[in-house]
Amino acid sequence: MEEGTNPEMEHPAFEPKIVAFCCNWCSYAGADLAGTTRLQYPANVRIIRVMCSGRVDPAFVLKAFSLGADGVIVAGCHPSDCHYINGNEKTAMRGIFLSEFLEDAGLEPQRFRVEWIAGSEGQKFADVVKKMVAELQTLGPIAEESA
Amino acid sequence: MPEDTNIEKKPRIGVFICHCGSNIGGFVDVKAVTEYASTLPDVVYATDNLYTCAEDGLNNIKESIKEHNLDRVVVSSCTPRTHAPLFQRTCEAAGVNKYMFTFVNIREHCSWVHMKEKEKATQKAKDLVRMGVARARFLEPQEETKIDVTPAALVVGGGVAGMTAALSLANMGFPVHLVEKEKELGGFVKNLHGLMMTKKSANEAIQPLIDKVNAQKNITQYVNSHVATVEGFIGNYDVSIGTEGSESKEVKVGAIIVATGAIPLVPEGLFGYKEHPNVVTSMEFEELCNKKEIPKLKSVAFIQCAGARGQKVSYCSRICCNVAIKTAINIAENRDNMLGATEEKAEAEAGQVVEEPAAEMKAEDEGLERRRRRRGRGRREADEAADEGGAPSSGVEITVFNRDVMAYGVEHELEFNKAREKRVKFIRYLPDNLPKVSTKDGKLEVGYFHETLKMERTMPVDMVILSTPLVSQPDAATLSQLLKVPLGQDGFFQEAHVKLRPVDFATDGVYVCGTCRGPADIAEAASQASAAASRAAIPLANGYVQAEALTSRVDETKCTGCGTCVEVCPYGALRKNDDGISEVIVAACKGCGCCGATCPEGAITMTHYTDQQLLAEAKAALEEV
Repeated sequence: MEEGTNPEMEHPAFEPKIVAFCCNWCSYAGADLAGTTRLQYPANVRIIRVMCSGRVDPAFVLKAFSLGADGVIVAGCHPSDCHYINGNEKTAMRGIFLSEFLEDAGLEPQRFRVEWIAGSEGQKFADVVKKMVAELQTLGPIAEESA
Repeated sequence: MPEDTNIEKKPRIGVFICHCGSNIGGFVDVKAVTEYASTLPDVVYATDNLYTCAEDGLNNIKESIKEHNLDRVVVSSCTPRTHAPLFQRTCEAAGVNKYMFTFVNIREHCSWVHMKEKEKATQKAKDLVRMGVARARFLEPQEETKIDVTPAALVVGGGVAGMTAALSLANMGFPVHLVEKEKELGGFVKNLHGLMMTKKSANEAIQPLIDKVNAQKNITQYVNSHVATVEGFIGNYDVSIGTEGSESKEVKVGAIIVATGAIPLVPEGLFGYKEHPNVVTSMEFEELCNKKEIPKLKSVAFIQCAGARGQKVSYCSRICCNVAIKTAINIAENRDNMLGATEEKAEAEAGQVVEEPAAEMKAEDEGLERRRRRRGRGRREADEAADEGGAPSSGVEITVFNRDVMAYGVEHELEFNKAREKRVKFIRYLPDNLPKVSTKDGKLEVGYFHETLKMERTMPVDMVILSTPLVSQPDAATLSQLLKVPLGQDGFFQEAHVKLRPVDFATDGVYVCGTCRGPADIAEAASQASAAASRAAIPLANGYVQAEALTSRVDETKCTGCGTCVEVCPYGALRKNDDGISEVIVAACKGCGCCGATCPEGAITMTHYTDQQLLAEAKAALEEV
């Protein structure tokens, strides 16, 4: 990476790989709605369905990065709207811990996000993916020395 | 880590890729995806269908299972949220366990969202199919089990809610064990004097309910009793009931209803309470009425929200405004000669006009009602301007100091208007300027800031009635631990969902009604009780509950008994066994998998969403192709 160049110009063709763990009841349904309403978003995200975002072991996120993910999303129901009462609260707490852990490991904070996406929020799902793809394109691949 | 060595028998996977007419086929090269699928490991058959969900497609799945001896099926089409059950039934019809099926969504998550990028959409569809196949390789068949239910219920609490719930279930034919901690049934209401909107005394009003409970042979009553221990889960609870002065009794029930009620807050240190005998709570006033010990009253002040909404508790207690309105009307009407109890009757006859409310009620028509409302509203300004003048019909000056009057619903609003007609004054105060109760020359007085006049005022009164909120029972926490059901931040029992599941607990088999879940009036408590009884009757009437096939499993050889999973489970579905090792109560588990994500030893397997399956998907998603 050369210093002093505009990062946006630096990786014009970079296609980041994003893994999204989506809960069955809200976020997966939100992604479905994005499709039903034909919202177009970049083809960089691969969804893994789990019953609850609380199922997502922090180790899964770390594993995804080590397998080559450029970004990871864990998406669940909005606070107090969890199908399993409070599984998403556990997600929220793990999210804080994970963010700090990844930051300590030298990964940019944009690479990992916890998002609350309701079944009615197809637009939000599409927006989250668009935003993350744009940010990761700016960042480029995870730099060897920091990973 | 997903390793091929973990797969005992070589899987035989069939992949069916749907065109969905042109919905997928128009934006994804389905033929290319199908060809790619046939190259994936353990895929023995891959094909494309115009509509996999149509009869042709379904028959194709069934025939292919037989022809190619498939033991697992991947359908790549729309969304599992609508179509998974259809394809699972098809698999079952052809002898493949429905949990050996994997759904890949290449329509909502691919063709419909990448309509202008056929190449990228096709590549993504290939990736998604590869992920599905990777997952399918690690699938295991699952069984759904039925669990028998003991057709009997436990109701904790013998107030209006508890009695109503017990009676409903008993009338349906289920044996009910009704536990009351006091020496007789009746709960909170039996200590009240009059009830709103009924001309009967509280005792008269609930006696028929008590009589019905006494007469119902399906109800076994336990007074002076408490729930000592509870073991088990929905359909199968072993309960020990402790009774004062006798041996504890063991009963078996299938469902439990919590109806333990609430108590009024004792406003220690607020508004001169306990400093002056004539400062009483509204509950104490009811008791004075019952004992006919009301002192001579010329002026009485209510102070609303005494201890509520930010003082001792944070919430609005919902019923106190209506209680104050009821009591104010009763005082104004000198109900049951309540004001004459300690005075000569002659004075009451000479000085007071006692209205006959029953006749008035009859004469009401809509026009009158509307006039009354208008008048009520019109009088407000006059009241506030001259709050020390005016005379209520009883000759007693009644003032309700309030932050805002919560007379919700049409019927309560009418009672509010009725109180205003009787010249009950409603004076507003703000939370940063509370009324002050003090004595001057041995006489009680209330000092307040008049918000309209912006003036400090003082009002001499004979009695101050503090409308204190209902608070949770002091032993609610004990019961909540016994039943493994939560209390909310205010100490009341917390239902599964405030709107959609108002009388269920998150834990199956335990239900809640009445004031133990928050302040409620009698009608509300009775409605909740009927609702809770009918919810509890579902498993009792069915005689069984269907256990989830997707549950967690504990590997006893790995578990160290740290108990983290027990803490994390939202359903109380994990417990420690006698060896200190976690075990799953299958009937209570809902399959969220929170425990699996938490276990530090990796001792918990979440069936159908195992670490192995999910990581295989992640690995396939990120593979360089």
